[in-house]
Amino acid sequence: MSETAQTRKVRRAIGEGPATRIVLIMVALVFLGLMLIAPLLVVFVEAFGRGIGVYLQALALPDTMAALQLTLLVAVIAVPANLIFGVAAAWLITKFDFKGKSFLLTLIDLPFAVSPVVSGLIFVLLFGANSALGPWLEDNNIQILYAVPGIVIATIFITFPFIARELIPLMEQQGSSEEEAAVSLGASGWRTFFQVTLPNVKWGLLYGVLLCNARAMGEFGAVSVVSGHIRGLTNTLPLHIEILYNDNKAAAAFAVASLLAMLALVTLAVKTLLEARFAGEIAAQRRH
Amino acid sequence: MQVRTVNISKRYAGLAALDDVSLTVQPGELVALLGPSGSGKTTLLRTIAGLEPPDAGTVYFNDRDLSDSRIQDRGVGFVFQHYALFKHMRVMDNIAFGLRARRKNKPREDEIKRRVLELLDLVQLSGLERRFPAQLSGGQRQRVALARALAIEPSVLLLDEPFGALDARVRKDLRRWLREIHDRTGHTTLFVTHDQEEALELADRVVVMNKGKIEQSATPDEIYDTPATPFVFSFIGESSVIPVQVGNGRATLDERLLDLEIGALPDGPAQLYLRPEDVTMVTDGGPGIPGLVVSTRRIGGMRRVTIECGLARHRIEFDALAEVPINNSQRLTIRVIGGRVYGAGAEGYETERLAASATSDFKWAKAEGWLDR
Repeated sequence: MSETAQTRKVRRAIGEGPATRIVLIMVALVFLGLMLIAPLLVVFVEAFGRGIGVYLQALALPDTMAALQLTLLVAVIAVPANLIFGVAAAWLITKFDFKGKSFLLTLIDLPFAVSPVVSGLIFVLLFGANSALGPWLEDNNIQILYAVPGIVIATIFITFPFIARELIPLMEQQGSSEEEAAVSLGASGWRTFFQVTLPNVKWGLLYGVLLCNARAMGEFGAVSVVSGHIRGLTNTLPLHIEILYNDNKAAAAFAVASLLAMLALVTLAVKTLLEARFAGEIAAQRRH
Repeated sequence: MQVRTVNISKRYAGLAALDDVSLTVQPGELVALLGPSGSGKTTLLRTIAGLEPPDAGTVYFNDRDLSDSRIQDRGVGFVFQHYALFKHMRVMDNIAFGLRARRKNKPREDEIKRRVLELLDLVQLSGLERRFPAQLSGGQRQRVALARALAIEPSVLLLDEPFGALDARVRKDLRRWLREIHDRTGHTTLFVTHDQEEALELADRVVVMNKGKIEQSATPDEIYDTPATPFVFSFIGESSVIPVQVGNGRATLDERLLDLEIGALPDGPAQLYLRPEDVTMVTDGGPGIPGLVVSTRRIGGMRRVTIECGLARHRIEFDALAEVPINNSQRLTIRVIGGRVYGAGAEGYETERLAASATSDFKWAKAEGWLDR
């Protein structure tokens, strides 16, 4: 008992007073509830507000299914593409020294810095009928704008920094001595990459992929500009939600929104599960 | 395997890390590259390994020119200061990495396992093969790193500050142990250190580096007893420096003749470098240099005394027996009985005390006036 009293005393000595603590905790909770939990709840409450029948009906609409398919297709192309680009960029920037390195770093951040709508416009100007590329594309019958390729390109552009940005600090902190050890032991570049570099960054990489995926499925601004909003053809889920909402189909809009929110929640759940499953391994690698 | 570097130069951002360095290491030799940080010792080691390409110069293993040889093909065992173990692999997979990476003559898996266990036995870590690096102490990690480097049967073993990250006690044990391993396996070995004690104790030959150049390359005894340059003298062991004037084969301090024989040093200003054992206290009232004690500290069985001498209050350190009471601000007379004089060109000369009869007629007692300023 005396020990507990001791601990309590110590805790009080290094902490703030009870009033301050309660106020700080309340502020945090209110903020969390208002900004994160309440919006999420609203989505689901509104979606199921008119019963599960209406909900399923809204999802089963052909336009919705088409939007879901397109969203998944775009993510399936954009995420692996950025996986390769991101890993290559991080590897180049952290393990080698060359001129223009900081310029490249700035360039990687560009999609974060530029407004998504502007990014979309860039592609319209690049591939549009009045651009330098436009006539050539038309002659060769290549449709980029207002079609799937345009959406994929815009999504890759917007989600480019996620994986690279996640990996660069991690790989920088780890330095290159393990790679140097591997090549001094006779390993080829590929072997070094797959057996030494990649295992060392796999958790950061997973996190980057999940973030990249979440954004690829949720991107609105840039995709909105390049897609042309053709129902059943070039509408992704976020665009479809907006159209439904503007058509005063709030229940349907929230139903589709809940689908998108669920995709995001599943992504986060997978991440948490993996982290719990491999907690020991992650801790062992961070130590030292 | 003989290792030879010929006229190696390397610059970083305009600063010379290596300046025309030529060094030959004989087969089976254990050589220390010793120097302060920034002296180029690690750069030289990494250049030999192939981790840094030199701007100019050539590295040879025996008579093989390695200019176009990739690091993978050099067969060097490299041990890093911070171990660089593969964190996600168990100890045995770490050690087996080099064998498994082989494209030619790749041993069978059971042969690899046998080799790994053999090496673990050599580095005295039997039974730890299933551990991850994070589950080992610093000393154990460094031994795994050495076993991993030895697994590829390297032609040369290169160690970059191998004990730098370990505490003093472990460092001493590992030092002795590395020497034993070297004597048993006979690899040509180079290691980098900034710890002179480590270099002098462990190596057959010590290469002292400073500002990208080799100052001296010699046995530990020669390095300590006949340092080639003032830098080597002051970097190795304790030293005091006083500026002297040389004329007619004699040295003078503040125009007073020192009791020293100076070989063939040209006339002019020079620096007299002294180790604590080059100075004794005059207790018989004989001639010497008077000085004022500024501090004393106990070192083992001796007492290290710092006194100020001469007009410019040059500080000289020497050792006195611990049982002799010496207090701060006490006046003492000392006598220089050894040391080395370096002229303007940095060439070094042994000094010797003149025969007892030839002591200068100058009455040092008069110089007590120095102390009353």
